[in-house]
Amino acid sequence: MTAALEAMVVEPAGESALLQLRGVTKTYLMGEITVQAVRGVDLDVQEGDYLAIIGPSGSGKSTLMHIIGCLDIPTTGTYTLAGIDVAGMGELQLAQVRNRRIGFVFQAFNLLPGMSALRNVELPLMYAGVSRADRRARAVRALERVGLGDRIDHKPNELSGGQQQRVSVARALVTEPDLILADEPTGNLDSASTEEILGLFRELHDSGRTIVLITHEHDVADQASRVVAMRDGQAEVVR
Amino acid sequence: MTWLETLRTAYEALNTRRLRSLLTVLGILIGIAAVILTVGLGQGASQKVTDQINKLGSNLLIVSPGSVTSASGVRGGRGSATTLTVDDAVVLSDPAVAPDIASVAPTSQSSVTAIAGNANWTTTAVGTTADWLTVRARTVTAGRFLTAADVASGAPVVVIGQTTATQLLGPVSPVGQTISISGQSLTVIGVLNVEGSTTGGDQDDLAIMPQTTYSARISTTANPRSVSTIYVQARDQGSLSAAYQETVAALLATHGVQPAAADFTVSSQQALVDTVTTTTRILTVLLASVAAISLLVGGIGVMNIMLVSVTERVREIGLRKALGATPSVILRQFLVEASLLGLVGGIAGLAIGLIGAAVLPGMLGQPVTISPIAATAALVVSLGIGIGAGVYPASRAAKLPPIEALRSE
Ligand SMILES: Nc1ncnc2c1ncn2[C@@H]1O[C@H](COP(=O)(O)OP(=O)(O)OP(=O)(O)O)[C@@H](O)[C@H]1O
Ligand SMILES: [Mg+2]
Repeated sequence: MTAALEAMVVEPAGESALLQLRGVTKTYLMGEITVQAVRGVDLDVQEGDYLAIIGPSGSGKSTLMHIIGCLDIPTTGTYTLAGIDVAGMGELQLAQVRNRRIGFVFQAFNLLPGMSALRNVELPLMYAGVSRADRRARAVRALERVGLGDRIDHKPNELSGGQQQRVSVARALVTEPDLILADEPTGNLDSASTEEILGLFRELHDSGRTIVLITHEHDVADQASRVVAMRDGQAEVVR
Repeated sequence: MTWLETLRTAYEALNTRRLRSLLTVLGILIGIAAVILTVGLGQGASQKVTDQINKLGSNLLIVSPGSVTSASGVRGGRGSATTLTVDDAVVLSDPAVAPDIASVAPTSQSSVTAIAGNANWTTTAVGTTADWLTVRARTVTAGRFLTAADVASGAPVVVIGQTTATQLLGPVSPVGQTISISGQSLTVIGVLNVEGSTTGGDQDDLAIMPQTTYSARISTTANPRSVSTIYVQARDQGSLSAAYQETVAALLATHGVQPAAADFTVSSQQALVDTVTTTTRILTVLLASVAAISLLVGGIGVMNIMLVSVTERVREIGLRKALGATPSVILRQFLVEASLLGLVGGIAGLAIGLIGAAVLPGMLGQPVTISPIAATAALVVSLGIGIGAGVYPASRAAKLPPIEALRSE
């Protein structure tokens, strides 16, 4: 492991913001047309924050979230995660950041079909190099935490939408990441399932995790301690 | 991630797409089995034909007196002249003069009347040496053939063909009987195997005796040392043309003549050999092409399945990256997957090829020769295609930012 990687895991002194975006833009080239999905966002998220991002469809919420999750790179601007500029990271470092620091909950669940809930939740631990026995124990615990202790051997197509989303929440929190990112985690769920998922996020927030969540719904945003509204690729702090 | 872990992941991924994995394995299997069997059939057929020609005595050169006189190659007076002698045969037998010649059999022959008891029969008397048997690729079914001692001493012995034996002696066992040829009493010492007729006449109606016996007792020519034909056998098919050169050179030197004035003709079953060689080469090339095409088609099939499968799995690659997989870990997974498919398909293809090679000859009556080169080439090519087609698109997908991979359909 390189020195840079070691340094990354260590908490840098004097920086309170877990993540810091400065003038971040994202431009998509569609042949002749350029689409400016994100147009200069400045955003700080402190350790332990519970931030909701709201905004109309197409306003650039997902695009911003992917940048925060290191799944995409900004066109311009700087993104600093735990004091380290993401633009300077190589593939190995990025993989490690995605693996250790970030738990991503996708709107479309993104579970691997044909694999049991348990194996799906084990995946990030496998890439982290956790031993098999340890991995299994931790994955079972994460599934129990989201209330799926009795469904560990079910495949995604044998689970309801709400249950699948809970599996993906379990997968996001199994590595105990600092940052949990959720892109409309309740978008496809009914109100009962929505309440369960939100309950989980509240618990995670109470246990000190930093959460960034995208939503359309104001009552979901109300759960968060801070709210940022996006419009036409620009972010504005609501509270 | 350890290799064992990678292996498990790859197996899991293949098991999830059981039908597709099976089809890929099938594609590789068929390609390899097809190559092994088509090349095997071609080489088997080629071998069979070559064997038949060898049985006819294909490594044979025939030296006759006289020469080619006309430009069109029509031989003038071939066999009518008496320019060849047993001394020429002695020269050709010298390994220092003609290293590519295995054996030499000078022969003289004439039509004679043979008598045994009340039976009389017109047959062909042949005076030759002990080498005749190998040169003409014959065997004896009873008794023995002429020996060098028989030839040296001019022994009154004869080896007869099956037809001659039946006509003269009927059901009586011929060996030990005495027959009379042109008034000379000769003891039958052996019977030739049954060969059938060739362009040279009934090969079962012959009376073979030592060249010395023939020239002393049967021959009617002026020079008893002259012979009508010298059969020369090359060591093998490959040395035939060298043997040809050596024969011509040795005889020109011995006779002291220029090539243009050659008083002998060396011909061979070269023409037949050439035709057959060309034919079998064409056959082998044809079958190898068919095999190569089937391998190509199989390879493209495998490539297609792999490409489609990897393209479909770009989302999976994106997700794995989002969860913390490095590009090299993803590449390793796809490499192991493609190798597993290739290995299983390759081994099954080899097995089916070998089983086919064992079973087909009985069904088709055609020999199948396994060519290790073709089998190895087939294995390497299909594995190469499978792995290349599996790993290349995966490596490209592994380099994409995860979200781009995740968004692909
Ligand atoms: N890969 C892409 N290529 C081109 N344009 C894109 C791409 N991804 C997003 N966009 C464009 O960027 C803009 C923002 O998209 P984004 O997905 O961030 O919106 P969103 O706020 O998440 O919307 P929703 O609430 O519907 O999910 C949209 O106009 C979209 O068309
Ligand atoms: Mg979105």
